[in-house]
Amino acid sequence: MGDPELGSGEGSSSGGEAVADAFALAGSEGRAALMPYLMGAFPDVATATAVANAYVDSGADLIELGVPFSDPLADGPVIHAAATRALDAGANLESVLETCRAVSARIPVVLLCYANMILGEPETFARKIAEAGAAGAIVPDLPLEEARPVRKAFDAEGLVLVPLIAPTTPPNRRKAIAEQARGFIYLVSSTGTTGERARMADDLSVLISEVREVSEVPVAVGFGISNAKQVAEIGGVAGGVIIGSRLVRAVDEAGDPDAAVEAVSVVVGESADALRR
Amino acid sequence: MEASTKISDSASGGLESHFGNYGGRFVPETLVPALDQLSAAWLEARDDPEFTAELDRLLRDFVGRPTPLYLAERLSERVGREVYLKREDLAHTGAHKINNAIGQGLLARRMGKRRVIAETGAGQHGVATATACALLGLDCAVYMGSEDIRRQAPNVERMELMGTEVVPVDAGARTLKEAVSAAIRDWVSNVEDTHYIIGSAVGPAPYPALVRDLQRVIGDEAREQILTVTGSLPARVIACVGGGSNAIGTFVPFLEDPVELIGVEAAGSGIESGSHGASLVAGKPGVLHGAMSSVISDSEGQILEAHSVSAGLDYPGVGPQHAHLRDLERARYVAVGDEDALAAFGELARLEGIIPALEPAHAVAWLLSEEGREAEAGCDLLTMSGRGDKDLAEVVQKISGGS
Repeated sequence: MGDPELGSGEGSSSGGEAVADAFALAGSEGRAALMPYLMGAFPDVATATAVANAYVDSGADLIELGVPFSDPLADGPVIHAAATRALDAGANLESVLETCRAVSARIPVVLLCYANMILGEPETFARKIAEAGAAGAIVPDLPLEEARPVRKAFDAEGLVLVPLIAPTTPPNRRKAIAEQARGFIYLVSSTGTTGERARMADDLSVLISEVREVSEVPVAVGFGISNAKQVAEIGGVAGGVIIGSRLVRAVDEAGDPDAAVEAVSVVVGESADALRR
Repeated sequence: MEASTKISDSASGGLESHFGNYGGRFVPETLVPALDQLSAAWLEARDDPEFTAELDRLLRDFVGRPTPLYLAERLSERVGREVYLKREDLAHTGAHKINNAIGQGLLARRMGKRRVIAETGAGQHGVATATACALLGLDCAVYMGSEDIRRQAPNVERMELMGTEVVPVDAGARTLKEAVSAAIRDWVSNVEDTHYIIGSAVGPAPYPALVRDLQRVIGDEAREQILTVTGSLPARVIACVGGGSNAIGTFVPFLEDPVELIGVEAAGSGIESGSHGASLVAGKPGVLHGAMSSVISDSEGQILEAHSVSAGLDYPGVGPQHAHLRDLERARYVAVGDEDALAAFGELARLEGIIPALEPAHAVAWLLSEEGREAEAGCDLLTMSGRGDKDLAEVVQKISGGS
């Protein structure tokens, strides 16, 4: 596990290995991994796939692929609106997995998916996304106490179930979460929902270090990261940086697929540069 | 009798987080510590004589408890058996919602949280929370779908008059489901200084148990009252179920009794139409707003919009304890459509001079139905969870042929 020469994706025998390889590769270059988010099937499957490919071309190490859900409690207005529009246009798990299939040979894809879409039949869900080449999933409304059946199903398919830690999570609970973590830990930068923020909490770097101390897997930071300066700051202390709403807004405002690709390429490219500086 | 809040069963000990396979906490990690804090605070408060004395005093002097138990003679004559109404419609602000709002308001103050948020559909819980916050000197913001704001203008005015900020929610169908989501998002952002007073026995643990504890005053009073008046237990206890707080509060004190428990949901335009609010009758296991329960969702797990003429029953989820009672077959859940509820609304007004809220009008409609009249000997207890003033404009419009 963790051999960077295997590349990120094809050649890795499991989602967990693909994720570990991607972080290891970034680490071997002395930088944090870059993980841009996109909303699946938004505004349509073809555009979403083009955007995902643009992420890879612009220097992403992993991709976070959102599955549209009717009631996304952890998301702010930008991502919620994108999910609603995708669903209204007929999006479902299968149409999101089309994008996953199209890029999973190039880059590890981690889904962001709400619990109700998984809990009906966790084993079926795990098999379906594994077949589409996904490396795993982040489930923002599935805290430690409720995660066992999903983690079991994911483990059986070699998928990572990525847990979240928040600034409000007390130290002993952070440790318990870290012990069950697969792939990486998603550290929420501030209280609140997803969405762009002008500045991060002052004590974020302290929090990142404390979580890294108790975790054997890398710590990626998300929620509110919107510009290259923030990417560079957080990339200096964390193992990975996640950019979400900023990119979803860019796709939304672009108007057509070419413009969307161009817009996200600039944001992801600048972020990748910021991490490599 | 005294207004007394027997808020916990000494036998049950702690605070349940699960009810069989239902309940739990399906929320963003940010909220988990706040839910732990809330559980601990409630366990401590409900056993603190000072806290319960204060709650009892407010329920008695401010809310007007105990609410009367009333033998509805002409209704009884119509259905062929004695029917007692538990008159929550006579509580201050006109519905049972105030029992929960006052209790949680006191708890918020005890936890040192100066700001309260809530969601509301028809506006009853919003008004109750605004009332409690005015009484206790807490800042208050209530999330309300913009469609509900349009339909329930008088309740918006009431809340604003009491100093509450009403925040319109424009997502989705602009009704209760979106208002709950918006309130939870606010809470995720402001959890350090804010308490979320959820309006029904739904949501992540400990809310279903907490709200149940605060609403069981309905059933505790009614049980004692009916024993005093009739010398025996009722054969059936009937209550409407949206999120299910008045029903669970009514049912819980009767759980160990040989009494049939019947929850009446909204069939809306008919179960087969797909346009209804019958999460227990026609839903399936799933997660909504932080709890595993019975929900109305599609094959991939997307939550669907509910429908009912009653804004309070227009919700695609239900409290997890009800889902458990259904599976245990300890309570029976049935559904009544818009038309029958509207007819019962007028029927009760003419028979008893009581204008019910559209929510308990569903329970009255079931009682008047053929199915409802099939019963063993004995009398019935029905919780009149609120009064119908809020619904008058809507009902008059529908009865006069509008839609």
